[in-house]
Amino acid sequence: MTQKQNMTSNFKLPKLTYRVWRVWRRDFDVFMKTYKVNFFPPLIEPLLYLVGLGYGLGTFVQNIDGIPYVEFIAPALVAISIMNGSFFECTYGSFVRMYFQRTFDAIIATPISIEEVIAGELLWGATRSLISSTIVLAVIAAFGLIKSPWFMLMLPIAFLGGLMFSSIAMCFTSMAPNIEFFNYPAFLLITPMFMLSGTFFPLSRFPPAMQFLAQAILPLTHTVTLSRGLMFGNLESFLLISLAWIAVVTPFFFVLSINRMKKKLIK
Amino acid sequence: MASDTVIEARGLTKKFDDFTAVDNIDFQVHTGECCGFLGPNGAGKTTTIKMIHCVLPVWSGTLTVANMNVSERPREIKSMIGVAPQESNLDPDFSVITNLLVYARYFDIPKHEALKRSEELLKFFQLEEKKDVIIDSLSTGMKRRLILARALINEPKILLLDEPTTGLDPQARHMIWDKIRTLKKQGVTIILTTHYMDEAAELCDRTLIMDNGKIIEQGPPSELVAKHAGEEVLELDYDEQVIKTLRQKFPEARLEILGDRIHVFTKEPHGVFKSYLEDFPAKGATVRNANLEDVFLKLTGRKLRE
Repeated sequence: MTQKQNMTSNFKLPKLTYRVWRVWRRDFDVFMKTYKVNFFPPLIEPLLYLVGLGYGLGTFVQNIDGIPYVEFIAPALVAISIMNGSFFECTYGSFVRMYFQRTFDAIIATPISIEEVIAGELLWGATRSLISSTIVLAVIAAFGLIKSPWFMLMLPIAFLGGLMFSSIAMCFTSMAPNIEFFNYPAFLLITPMFMLSGTFFPLSRFPPAMQFLAQAILPLTHTVTLSRGLMFGNLESFLLISLAWIAVVTPFFFVLSINRMKKKLIK
Repeated sequence: MASDTVIEARGLTKKFDDFTAVDNIDFQVHTGECCGFLGPNGAGKTTTIKMIHCVLPVWSGTLTVANMNVSERPREIKSMIGVAPQESNLDPDFSVITNLLVYARYFDIPKHEALKRSEELLKFFQLEEKKDVIIDSLSTGMKRRLILARALINEPKILLLDEPTTGLDPQARHMIWDKIRTLKKQGVTIILTTHYMDEAAELCDRTLIMDNGKIIEQGPPSELVAKHAGEEVLELDYDEQVIKTLRQKFPEARLEILGDRIHVFTKEPHGVFKSYLEDFPAKGATVRNANLEDVFLKLTGRKLRE
């Protein structure tokens, strides 16, 4: 195959039908079987961060742009839950289903295509983000930290952002030779984003070059920006830039990951 | 294409990078028959099966199922095929019955219908009592039966069974054979691969023997036995003198020396070895009917395949 053909086949638009939801539904059914356990992490994690970092460490931290530290990190926790929910679902989760359980093999023996299987997984990843961030949002609301009703817009954004992280995750899954491989993206991409995307300190602390990089290449930066803007009801134009960034990057990786996975699974 | 041909391959080829797994094969499968694909590991059986149910793309040549090209109409073809793969891909996240129900959903089978069929299938395969059990706690034989049950959930016209009884105890094998015969009577076309020659002889109307990606022989098991292995086989301990006498006595017979045993294949009628042994008693001599395993080993050789 020539390089040019290779490029076009990586971005070939997949033919998808309603059957995508059959795959989604399978994952949803499994999730609901053990929903109590599954609701646990997104409930406990923000509690710990809010108490430990927000109210604990936060008392030693001066207000950031006039905002108490706990209010500064609360929206970041929502953004982080969006990232973690889908990223881990579509790396470890999808890999286990694909490789150890052979679930994808079983499904493609039915009228469902491999493209639809992957798309279903991606939508399920996005749904995990939506579920996690809804729980985190509820915790934050319980602490009385939501300052604007605009924050409800984070729910659709959680799904869209979730789809972005799912798709990026699935690209890693398509190149993973074994499950240990995911240590690379987890520690070279997810953990750095967790720390450096304007989550626990403002990006303005960085030198300009790093600020630029964080905004140009780190997806979480934009998720945090949107979350923080909406929580305080600061509807400024830079929110649209972040939304546009996500809206461009998501379909790019969505299509790429489906084609990469197809190539991995169908020889 | 003959009216009763349900699967037809012409010049079917599958390459993986430099390796040719299926090499320009032609075959037909007729409606309602049980057709066995035999061959050593790596012969191309599973690859062929996977192309029939549209999960591996055809490299070159044509392959049609019910007059539909596998490259053009995979959804329609897959909806009329049931597949029991070699390795279990049951969904370990679900119970026995939920495995069937979830699988039915992939075929767009309405819920009440799915429930009805699942219960019937569990009964058919004697798995009713395991209905709510998780997959991991099933025995190998039960898993096999559940895979077969799942393959039937869409009421397929064609059933693809990839080594359906590998690793099972004799009881479980016979039960599965019995079910396969019942399905055949119901008019289901069955394609099966197996390493057990007795299984192929027992179940298949016709067998295709594959080796190195090619079909090297095909026909009904009994005809293949008559053609390649003859009627009877005499096995006895190795002895130079005995070989000499055998060669004189049975000039047309094929002699094969395996370690310290001699195998003599003859196409002469039953009983010739018996009368020979009466005249020349030999150590460790046994006479048995020629079988499909003799054919298989003659055609594919005795070299180990990895």
